[in-house]
Amino acid sequence: MSKGKIAFIVLLAVLAMLPFAASSTVVFITLCMAKSLAVLGILVLIRADQVSFGHAMYFAIGAYAAAFLSSAYRDIDLTLVILAAIAASMIAGLIVGLFVTRYRGIFFGMINLAFSMVLYSVLEKAFHITGGSDGMRIRRPTFMGFEFKRSEFDLLMFYVVLVVAAISFVLVWRYLRSPLGQALRAVKTNETRVEYLGLSAKRVLLTGYLVSAVLCGLGGVLMGTVQGLATPEHAFWSRSAELVFIAVLGGQGSVAGAFAGTVVFETVRTFAAAVLNDSWQLILGVTLIAIILWAPGGLVELWQRAFGKRRKRVAPETVSQKTEVFE
Amino acid sequence: MTAAHQDTLLLRAEGLKLRFGGIIAADGIDLSLYQGEHLAIIGPNGAGKTTFLNICTGYLKPQAGKVTLGKREITGRPPRDITRMGVARAFQIPQLFTEQTVLENMLLAAAIHHRHWNPFRDLHNIPERAEMEDLLDMVGCGDVRDRLASELPEGKRKLVDIALALALKPKVLLMDEPTSGVASADKFGVMETLMAALRQAEVSSVFVEHDMEMVSLYATRVAVWAQGVIQMTGEPDVVLNDPDVIRNVIGG
Repeated sequence: MSKGKIAFIVLLAVLAMLPFAASSTVVFITLCMAKSLAVLGILVLIRADQVSFGHAMYFAIGAYAAAFLSSAYRDIDLTLVILAAIAASMIAGLIVGLFVTRYRGIFFGMINLAFSMVLYSVLEKAFHITGGSDGMRIRRPTFMGFEFKRSEFDLLMFYVVLVVAAISFVLVWRYLRSPLGQALRAVKTNETRVEYLGLSAKRVLLTGYLVSAVLCGLGGVLMGTVQGLATPEHAFWSRSAELVFIAVLGGQGSVAGAFAGTVVFETVRTFAAAVLNDSWQLILGVTLIAIILWAPGGLVELWQRAFGKRRKRVAPETVSQKTEVFE
Repeated sequence: MTAAHQDTLLLRAEGLKLRFGGIIAADGIDLSLYQGEHLAIIGPNGAGKTTFLNICTGYLKPQAGKVTLGKREITGRPPRDITRMGVARAFQIPQLFTEQTVLENMLLAAAIHHRHWNPFRDLHNIPERAEMEDLLDMVGCGDVRDRLASELPEGKRKLVDIALALALKPKVLLMDEPTSGVASADKFGVMETLMAALRQAEVSSVFVEHDMEMVSLYATRVAVWAQGVIQMTGEPDVVLNDPDVIRNVIGG
């Protein structure tokens, strides 16, 4: 068994014990795990060298799916809420994805941003449907026929999110190693050759886009359900940028970066906010600059350096390398 | 060219015309490739030889004329469709997936060709793995299998590029100066193995070439491309000894 697998199992075991050892951190870690799913979605697209600055829209779609469903059907089961969010983000991802996967680089990033801002405005202005800027309450769903009180529900959500996140991370890890996932990387380095092997680069990217949209939707429904709230802020552009920020901080080369990045990000934010009132962005900004300068592979690279697993350094993309294909 | 070859027409271009601004790349090109042939295209630089490959693979659309593969017209179809129909291409500048190993490049080609889309099966576990390793050995790149494609010397990159095309089991292989970039001492050895591989897999080929020795040794037929038209076609020893061809193409 590889070191990575052992680390994953140890991490799962430690997390599973957390409510007994440090019960005060349960909600914090739950939110971190939910958010790391969205970051994982960003990482999938980064494999193909595409950065979306609008993926918070799928996060919001996941949260609002839960809000609408829980207000329409009281005592709805949590499983249905999660499935509905998956379906909603997948459909939205397909519609938007068919359009945005025609573009690359800056256009890809900006068009995603544009879509997310449209969604943000709609959520904010359609007051009678969405509750406007106050957002919508997400009623506590039932689970397997049981109703839960607040504290029990937090504990339940911790384990639900842990299981959903664990499954998602394993599946994404395998997807990235499969031909389809490897093709994402091929799209990054040579789209011409992808087409000349008989495959549509656009379709490869669309598959990755759907995976990433669903991951963000999952993150949104889980976080929204824990917080009991869906607000337009979930779709705001700064949220999208935050996801990209965490992805770069964690490391682009490995799925582990998504979780590590989120935990470090949220921890620094929490403590920095306590120390330097209103200036936590300063600390996070400096952290990211340091990472980009000295460890472009992110926290994952730091880990590998510390524990001796030699990997090729991920060079930051300072200059785009275009190859001339034809005479 | 034997009579049997004439029976099975593979690729045919008829009346291809394409100009870029004032430059005439193709001005009524008629060219056919028959089963079992290795057709060399020679001609001065910038004559439009690569443009021909671009039109045949759907990268460029001709302003007039058509390309047929067997009985199907393929003019203007996207490269991926034409590739799927059995026309593979190797490039003058190798087109590889630089962040992946040489073997992964090959496995990806095989996975795409055989449509292995199970999202939970590791690329390294596809059934064609042994076949791809053999193919790499055959083109003399078995030793660099686990190196990143970006780390290879130019000559090896060129060979991997051809191997990628062969992984698709094409009917026709289009090559753009297959041995340019290969160290001159290795050129003949490389071409020898390459042609043996093509014969064994029964792949017909078109190759653009500047090295006349290569042409005389390995082409079954030669087409001379100049000023946007095919000025002459025929067997290598006839064409390469033609006084006009010597003056206009080989000498100049």
